Amino acid sequence: MSEAVVPDAMVSPAVGGLYGEKAGGPMLDFSYVGIDAILEQMRRKAMKQGFELNIMVVGQSGLGKSTLMNTLFKSKVSRKSVLATAQEKIPKTVEIKSISHDIEEKGVRMKLTVIDTPGFGDQINNENCWQPIMKFINDQYEAYLQEEININRKKRIPDSRVHCCIYFIPPTGHCLRPLDVEFMRRLSKVVNIVPVIAKADTLTLEERDFFKKKIREELRANGIDVYPQKEFDEDAEDRMINEKIREMIPFAVVGSDQEYQVNGRRLLGRKTKWGTIEVENIAHCEFAYLRDLLIRTHMQNIKDITSSIHYEMYRVRRLNENNTMVAHANGIPEHHLTAHEM
Amino acid sequence: MASSDVARQPDKGVRSLSLAGHVGFDSLPDQLVNKSICQGFCFNILCIGETGIGKSTLMDTLFNTNFENFESSHFEPQVKLRAQTYDLQETNVRLRLTVVNTVGFGDQMNKQESYQPVVDYIDRQFESYLQEELKIKRSLHNYHDSRVHACLYFISPSGHSLKSLDLVTMKKLDSKVNIIPVIAKADTISKSELHKFKIKIMSELVSNGVQIYQFPLDDETVAKVNTTMNGHLPFAVVGSTEEVAVGNKMVKARQYPWGVVQVENENHCDFVKLREMLICVNMEDLREQTHTRHYELYRRCKLEELGFKDTDSECKPVSLQQTYEAKRQEFLVELQKREDEMRQMFVQRVKDKEAELKEAERELQSRFEQLKRLHAEEKAALEEKKRLLDDDLSSFGKRKAAAQLLQAQSLTANGKKDKDRKNSGFM
Repeated sequence: MSEAVVPDAMVSPAVGGLYGEKAGGPMLDFSYVGIDAILEQMRRKAMKQGFELNIMVVGQSGLGKSTLMNTLFKSKVSRKSVLATAQEKIPKTVEIKSISHDIEEKGVRMKLTVIDTPGFGDQINNENCWQPIMKFINDQYEAYLQEEININRKKRIPDSRVHCCIYFIPPTGHCLRPLDVEFMRRLSKVVNIVPVIAKADTLTLEERDFFKKKIREELRANGIDVYPQKEFDEDAEDRMINEKIREMIPFAVVGSDQEYQVNGRRLLGRKTKWGTIEVENIAHCEFAYLRDLLIRTHMQNIKDITSSIHYEMYRVRRLNENNTMVAHANGIPEHHLTAHEM
Repeated sequence: MASSDVARQPDKGVRSLSLAGHVGFDSLPDQLVNKSICQGFCFNILCIGETGIGKSTLMDTLFNTNFENFESSHFEPQVKLRAQTYDLQETNVRLRLTVVNTVGFGDQMNKQESYQPVVDYIDRQFESYLQEELKIKRSLHNYHDSRVHACLYFISPSGHSLKSLDLVTMKKLDSKVNIIPVIAKADTISKSELHKFKIKIMSELVSNGVQIYQFPLDDETVAKVNTTMNGHLPFAVVGSTEEVAVGNKMVKARQYPWGVVQVENENHCDFVKLREMLICVNMEDLREQTHTRHYELYRRCKLEELGFKDTDSECKPVSLQQTYEAKRQEFLVELQKREDEMRQMFVQRVKDKEAELKEAERELQSRFEQLKRLHAEEKAALEEKKRLLDDDLSSFGKRKAAAQLLQAQSLTANGKKDKDRKNSGFM
């Protein structure tokens, strides 16, 4: 090689960067360089680009999926179908319906896509009803992969991958049904699953606790890893936070998009003859925890796990099955390649 | 590198909704920023300039540290690049900074190939990123991005115009990296000369079609300041790590007998502008441009060079995998052919060698025979000689014996004679 690059030397001097306040006005510390301004730049870029989120809801009809989505995002993201007859209402097979909305809050723009799966679990014979859903999820990964390996690719690859799948468990109070186990077992390998107990206002607190414990045991017994997955905890801090969440899964939620007057405040709730259930009251149901998990604290993490783990796994599988010697075409000798193939 | 994105114009079929209450996803940018803080940032600067023009000093001044620098000699036979990586931290932001300096740029007598090592270095970084991206099992999120994000081109302060070396180098680099030209050692130029110099430089760049990095104007918050700064390019900088007392403060400056040039004084030089633009305002944009423009261009060219296309001759989209398959088949066929060729060559060589060896064996055999014959002949000759010698010896022996006998006889005869004489003498 004609030129040589001397190998890197790692030095860690700490830049002074004490950006404090001096008495009497704004100061410019001599040691201030301005590296931390990159956070602001990053924030600006993110606000300009906007965000995308794709959530899939899976569960039998009548469990309150659309209502929960509307409650989560405080707007009519899912429109309940108003069809005439019962026959038209229940589709013959599982359909996938995807609706997108642009929502904005405090300058942050987000393209929210809710993917509904009417017909899941509604047939008499429900074998393989997860297949259309698996296919849909894999199709999204495939579309992203195709765009990514194009030569002339778009500046921003549109992200239609399913980030999160909320699975609705009917509030039987006993244990998981075979359909639930089967579905979650298969899909937890390709997508982040968040199981919730739907219509939790039919369970008393003791029944709820018992049900949750039973569900957690069954998930463990079947080796189902729901979000937040244990193996993807990055450090001790993460693990601590996620352990607390894992002890509460599945969240027992109640959805509502109607407001009632309670104690002088207008709150979202369900009004019954024996009382009003406040949706956002953690003493009544765990909706607030679900909302915090999904939106306020872990949204970025959910998207990261989808793109860096689930998508990568799909990509590895896909590229291996075609046996395309991707790197080989670029000139890496064979022995180097096999070190990287699974 | 960028998180998920959305098209600028709303897609058809996507409606806007208004929210009835506070949902909470306005914390998303915060979540994103937190994640980036955990991961840390990466920034790579390439400094191109002649030896002694002040590259290392400027880097020290910019980042307020003393990077390990050593002075280079002017006698380098070729241009080399020296890369050093540092971990810096300010408040809670960790930055992995790589500074790449050219060594010996502009020192050679023949500068025709001076730009080549630089271009090769930049391409190598792109190549290693491309390899990582194309791997089957890849880890892009942990990958240490070594692609050059910004290139500071140091122009010597002649006051007249750009050198042809400058123009040639910048022209080669403008499609590969974000070029930010700076006028080095700006304290040697007066204000009016500087103004003319800047205008001359910019017009020369434009007339030669060199695309330098323009600060982005699409974000309203920074568009104004970026527009102003775009007008001040190239920045005239002075670098110094020494501190001089001015008034009652210690400032970074260069002290001359006729005055003190303060680095951070905007009236004296454009250092503050450079720091602001490079680090405080546009660092993220530099990284993004490198990834979305320069890297994509490299990737496209590289893959097309290797023969991949997105559409085949009928303009139907060809999947990359089909092309890979076809290439793979081609490659396997060629491999087979080469293997056959090699095998044939090997067999041929073995035959040749065998024949050679047989020939040598035959030769050795004939020599051996010859030697044996020679040996037998010599042996016969020696035997003959021995026989003759033996004959001589035996005849000599006989003669000796005969002579001795004769002598003995004569002795006894003489003795008798003596005795006789003696005896006769008495009588």
